[in-house]
Amino acid sequence: MKQLVQIFASVIIIALGLQYLVVYLNAEQGYSGDNTLTVYNWGDYIEPELIAEFEEETGIKVIYQTFDSNEAMLTKIQQGGTTYDIAVPSEYAISKMKEEELLLPIDHSLIPNLKYINPRFLDLSFDRGNEYSIPYFWGTVGIIYNASLLPEGIEFESWDDLWDDRLDNQILLVDGAREVMGFALNSLGYSLNDTNEEHLQEAKRKLNELTPNVKAIVGDEIKMLLAGEEAGAGVVWSGDAAEIMGENENLDYVIPKEGSNLWFDNMVIPKTARNIEGAHKFINFMLEPDNAARNAEYVGYSTPNQAAMELLPEEISEDERFYPDEELTERLEVYRNLGKRMLAHYNELFLEFKMHRK
Amino acid sequence: MRNKWRPANLYLVAVFAVLYAPIFYLMFYSFNSGGTMHGFESFTWEWYAEVFQDTRLLIIVLNTLVIALLSAAISTILGVVGALAITHVRRHRRRKALLSLNNVLIVSPDVIIGASFLILFTMIGIRLGFTSVLLSHIAFSVPIAVLMILPKLEEMSPTLVDAARDLGASRLDVLTKVILPFIRPGIFAGFFMALTYSLDDFAVTFFVTGNGYATLAVEIYSRARQGISLSINALSTLIFLFTIILVTGYYFINRRGAKQVGWEAGK
Amino acid sequence: MRNSLKNVYLIPYCLWILLFVVAPIVLIVYYSLFDIEGNFTFANYANFFTPVYMKMTLSSFWYAFLITLFSLLIAYPAAYLLTKTKHKRLWLMLIILPSWINLLLKAYAFLGIFGTYGAANALLEVLGIGSQQILFTDFSFVFVSVYIFIPFMILPVFNALEEMNTGLIDAARDLGASGWTTFRRVVVPLTMNGVKAGCQAVFIPALSLFMITRLIAGNRVITLGTAIEQHFLVTQDWGMGATIAVFLIIAMAAIMVLTGGRKRGIELEK
Repeated sequence: MKQLVQIFASVIIIALGLQYLVVYLNAEQGYSGDNTLTVYNWGDYIEPELIAEFEEETGIKVIYQTFDSNEAMLTKIQQGGTTYDIAVPSEYAISKMKEEELLLPIDHSLIPNLKYINPRFLDLSFDRGNEYSIPYFWGTVGIIYNASLLPEGIEFESWDDLWDDRLDNQILLVDGAREVMGFALNSLGYSLNDTNEEHLQEAKRKLNELTPNVKAIVGDEIKMLLAGEEAGAGVVWSGDAAEIMGENENLDYVIPKEGSNLWFDNMVIPKTARNIEGAHKFINFMLEPDNAARNAEYVGYSTPNQAAMELLPEEISEDERFYPDEELTERLEVYRNLGKRMLAHYNELFLEFKMHRK
Repeated sequence: MRNKWRPANLYLVAVFAVLYAPIFYLMFYSFNSGGTMHGFESFTWEWYAEVFQDTRLLIIVLNTLVIALLSAAISTILGVVGALAITHVRRHRRRKALLSLNNVLIVSPDVIIGASFLILFTMIGIRLGFTSVLLSHIAFSVPIAVLMILPKLEEMSPTLVDAARDLGASRLDVLTKVILPFIRPGIFAGFFMALTYSLDDFAVTFFVTGNGYATLAVEIYSRARQGISLSINALSTLIFLFTIILVTGYYFINRRGAKQVGWEAGK
Repeated sequence: MRNSLKNVYLIPYCLWILLFVVAPIVLIVYYSLFDIEGNFTFANYANFFTPVYMKMTLSSFWYAFLITLFSLLIAYPAAYLLTKTKHKRLWLMLIILPSWINLLLKAYAFLGIFGTYGAANALLEVLGIGSQQILFTDFSFVFVSVYIFIPFMILPVFNALEEMNTGLIDAARDLGASGWTTFRRVVVPLTMNGVKAGCQAVFIPALSLFMITRLIAGNRVITLGTAIEQHFLVTQDWGMGATIAVFLIIAMAAIMVLTGGRKRGIELEK
């Protein structure tokens, strides 16, 4: 008995000692003071040096926290038990957050650098007048392929090329209902915001036929798998493609000719923010052309910042795969918020496709 | 005689080899200068240096340890209480009901536990962070502690307790002098499993954490977007070696202690 | 009645049960009665009985069964042999230790090991079998699941074997029973409780596996757990997610009652 008490007491004492150490380290690093800014962003979605520079310039300590899906982020902010000063959701999540009144309006007079943003990316349907959100990055969905692993003569111009018999067990798909259903709809010539039940069923039947070619439907591991030459082709977001191509030169990226998705990640200030002034400073800092260019180079996604484009090396800014020309851009569509019920239906169809066995 | 155990030993060796294969794989690549977990380039200590420079990572490791130790200790104590409570319920049906309720959390998918705890904490008004994570880790470790302790308690013959009572021992005496020493192995098993559950958990913590608080599993998950940085491998290697030394050391010290006690008692 | 009055232990324990077990169950049942737009409905339950979810349930049970079976087949001899080793407690701890390393990391390691250019394929190449697709198959899924769950099977079986009175085995041997007969007639029945505990500890969580269904099986295997995760995190259709959870809880209770019932039988025999 004595031994039991001793052991449990020492365990608790050790734990409390460690907790003290944590508090001490936090204080020493400035994480627990008042002058902090909590940034809630996607993992690995910012040049870390920029955070350090922002801290130096403003004296504000940045706490960088990450999420892995818009939905996870939404849930956390909805629940209200958190204080995030900046979040970076995608466009459909922004319109959801607007509906649920989870955002604070952004004071444009505090963000002079807004003038650097290409007007093409402002005043879009999900946030008219950019009242609540400021563009951070944008991109597309397309096909990445590794010619050295595929039978000769295979080219990707159209989504239909994915259905080629010779691609047996070669394709990796990103695990997103809207992305996968979206390209199936695109391949049939429909809009990726289509809500017509017949069209959706047709798309799902077409996807079922793709099953023999699909090796796996995966999440972020897709980058590692493609770079490691585990599969010959994949459907991915453009930024991921840029990253994979940086690691493995055998790969190339195309946006199929039928069109595809155009998406945006914008900076917002959630309603629970504490340091609103700091949040504005942070947004303005990230829009500084030099900072935006460095950030774009690090992250690999396309920047909406016109002035930053000019600072980027030509091989990046002239790359049509990541900065497509006007003609192709015309055929890219932004996801509309289809409403919860439709989104659930998309997911249901995607689930059925996943369960369809060869 | 010796030869007879050869294939048997081989089997155990194989089981251990498979169990440790992925861990050695991680360890191996923690020395890769190439920066990825495929294609070993050349040997480097770079990632280990990175671990020690990253204060935030260190804070997170400490967080993880604090949560694991505290939740394991508290849930084991609660587990003892729970197991005693269950054995004291004599009616079969009620007892079974209690046991089923106990097991609900073990078998519920982590996502559900996480989501429902999140709703719960919001309703009660607990701020997401250390407290919410600690509470949920205690909550989901209690049932496994109960399950580890219960068989020991059931094994104990009631006559032992009755005898002690007859000899005039108070309820407290019976508990501390008879019951607890007898179920000690169960308590340790419970503590050990609670620790395992806590260190292993990702999904529940992911739901109930917030405001900059993170445990290792959550941090790894968010860093994994770019393929895991090898500094995480280096960190895991360090933690792993540390625990191996700790466990082995504890075992042998304990054994020596036990032997001495036994010897003295024999005298 | 007298008993429950005296049972002071019940108070803190019941408090815990109320707060962290009953309250969440009530919440889940409550949520399962609302559709995605927040209207009261039983549609979620009707939806569960459509072919999609029925198929998913069946395949979940099938995989959980396979995982439990292989876990038991591997764990039982391992536990048995462990009890024969010199430092058995230490070895047992070392069996559990790998589960302290983050699951996601181990899954990534398996991605590397099972990959086209990984160690497993290199071994097959050396053995002359040639490179195979291992990743994203049923085999890799079951293998990694068994890997995850095996400590939870070994532990109770080991404890049961330890508690077994060795005198009984000696007695059986003295009476002329062969090694196999002793094992079948004495060892197995006496360790049945441990086996049951182990099977419960493996089968039920295996029903709701997720994450490795994506990482290791590439979403080629869809379990009820995956669907719940999807509904809670992606579609935000909490109603449907909660409905599946309700069925999982029911399945769990049924399994507990079934295995628990037989346990009483054994006790009576004693």
